Amino acid sequence: MKDFFQLKKNKKTDFQDLKTVKIAVLGDSSTQFLTQALQGIAYEKGLDLNIWEAGFNQIEPQVFDSTSDLYKFKPEMVIVFQSSHKMLGKYNKLQSKLQSTLADVELESINNIYSMLIHNLSAKIIIYNYTEIDDAIFGNHANKTTSSFLFQLRKLNYELMLYASNTSNLYLCDISSIQNQLGKAFFSQTSIYINTDMVLSFDVLPELASKTINLISALLGNFKKCLILDLDNTLWGGIIAEDGIENIQLGNLGIGKAFTEFQYWIKKLKNRGIILVICSKNTESVAKEPFEKHPDMVIRLEDIAIFVANWENKADNIYNIQSILKIGFDSMVFFDDSPFERAMVRESFPEICVPELPEDPADYLEYLYSLNLFETVSASNEDSERTKLYQIDAHRTNVLQSYPNQDDFLKSLQMLSNVEPFNRFNTPRVVQLSQRSNQFNLRTVRYTESEIESISKSKDYFTFTFTLEDKFGDNGLVCVIILQKEKTDTLFISSWFMSCRILKRGLEHFALNTIAGFTKESGYNYLKGEYIPTAKNEMLSEHYKNLGFEKSENFWILNVVKYKMKDCFINKR
Amino acid sequence: MEKNEVLKRVNEVFIDILDNENIVLNNLTTANDIEEWDSLAHIQLVVAIEKNFKIRFTSKEIQSWDNIGEMADCIHGKLT
Repeated sequence: MKDFFQLKKNKKTDFQDLKTVKIAVLGDSSTQFLTQALQGIAYEKGLDLNIWEAGFNQIEPQVFDSTSDLYKFKPEMVIVFQSSHKMLGKYNKLQSKLQSTLADVELESINNIYSMLIHNLSAKIIIYNYTEIDDAIFGNHANKTTSSFLFQLRKLNYELMLYASNTSNLYLCDISSIQNQLGKAFFSQTSIYINTDMVLSFDVLPELASKTINLISALLGNFKKCLILDLDNTLWGGIIAEDGIENIQLGNLGIGKAFTEFQYWIKKLKNRGIILVICSKNTESVAKEPFEKHPDMVIRLEDIAIFVANWENKADNIYNIQSILKIGFDSMVFFDDSPFERAMVRESFPEICVPELPEDPADYLEYLYSLNLFETVSASNEDSERTKLYQIDAHRTNVLQSYPNQDDFLKSLQMLSNVEPFNRFNTPRVVQLSQRSNQFNLRTVRYTESEIESISKSKDYFTFTFTLEDKFGDNGLVCVIILQKEKTDTLFISSWFMSCRILKRGLEHFALNTIAGFTKESGYNYLKGEYIPTAKNEMLSEHYKNLGFEKSENFWILNVVKYKMKDCFINKR
Repeated sequence: MEKNEVLKRVNEVFIDILDNENIVLNNLTTANDIEEWDSLAHIQLVVAIEKNFKIRFTSKEIQSWDNIGEMADCIHGKLT
């Protein structure tokens, strides 16, 4: 998040095309900087705040005079900020016997302010709750002493929630939770408070402004409606197609607890009306298996509005999802553990909210709590029925449209591949990949280390390994091809397998260009391929056909002399 | 850090926060010499300088300086 001084610079930029909102800010401590921070954050969210600010400590004079400037301004929203510091000041001056009435008195005063505002304006009222101050007069005993300040402060926060829950057009902005999250020393700077009466630190201003703008934005109808989720290493630990249903991490297995708790959170979002969509690079039947059979899955198929598992790129899929849901991209949130997928979605749809998920899944929840992505100003029973409606819509639509700028994105990745034959350094990884690759594996031959060693020594074979790196990092060795001499003019592709993580980046084309070129230069005319179907490699059934091979009985033949190099955005290292 | 280096960095903060590239500070500069330097600006300058030098002023120090030289002395004292 930008700091206060950076936010102030937003004021110099062009607000012309932004939506304007008229807002009045009233406070019992100085609010000039808060106002500036609100305007700065609002700009980032596409809003132009037209703020009228009451003078210092002018809440009552403005509110209770129906001819005041406040009412002349006719704001659409009114923010009332009364600080805990000021309330402590009032408490300090109270006679002991009245101390236990503080919360009631304050609540009544808030109710009077609210009634007067509503009577004179058609506006939404936003009230900040109270950050905790423990004056340590009673120690722990404050919790069972009704006259303690802490008791009264917490009571007031609770009573305010009750009051707000049945008062229309009144909204609480929970700044107490900001202090809980970031700490009291962050929230307030004593030297500044003593010198200026400003209770907020400069550090907390952007946080506070952001929390407020989230609420204002939701009041204007901008909120998130849909959550698009990846599966492997996002909803569960591990890769379902490689690890299998018994070994994905959920419940008590491995770090499964992190994923289970994450799923409970997502389920709660669904229950309050957020539409859940799955978007995963997987074979559909494989991806659905945990939802149907795994005992520790919290989210089930009936919770999902649209389930997309295929080998298309995610931008295309999201384009398609949007055409089914017919909601704005700006109301979508996308969770994926892969920095590549996140960057691609962010690049393709700048409006979609794409949080940087932390590397450690244990941090997912705390991090997402802190982002406050799902601000809302209403919640009803109908919300929870929404999923069903979309499930029906999804069945109607089945066309996949392509997102147009895919090539530009791939180009921007600056991908490089290092091509090497088998050697003693890469042999362990080749073996591992041969054991683990299920989906992109044309003949599903599994190799041991000694088999790989003998192949690499044999004169009958030519071996190729491919790495892939891009601007986000190195994916390591991700593709293996073994060619076998068959006839004087033909090389047989006896193995071709690839890691699923890097599908749809054009590595198939790069690999084919490489082996076709090699075949031709070595004096052969044909490459011969074979697809052996398994339960998991269905995505490859058209593989050779798509690459331009011609069918010949159960095999596929490519004439490398006539072969035209395929387009791809990967360069040889 | 030398004291003139402190002064130079303070000068940069002033330019940034007051948004005026023409500000040239010396030890004798006071708030009267710079139009934008009012009480609201002062508190922002204080916090920005604290961040820049990674120091904290006491509440008394914040209102004690009569000119830039005294402020720079105070910063210099905290750095050595």
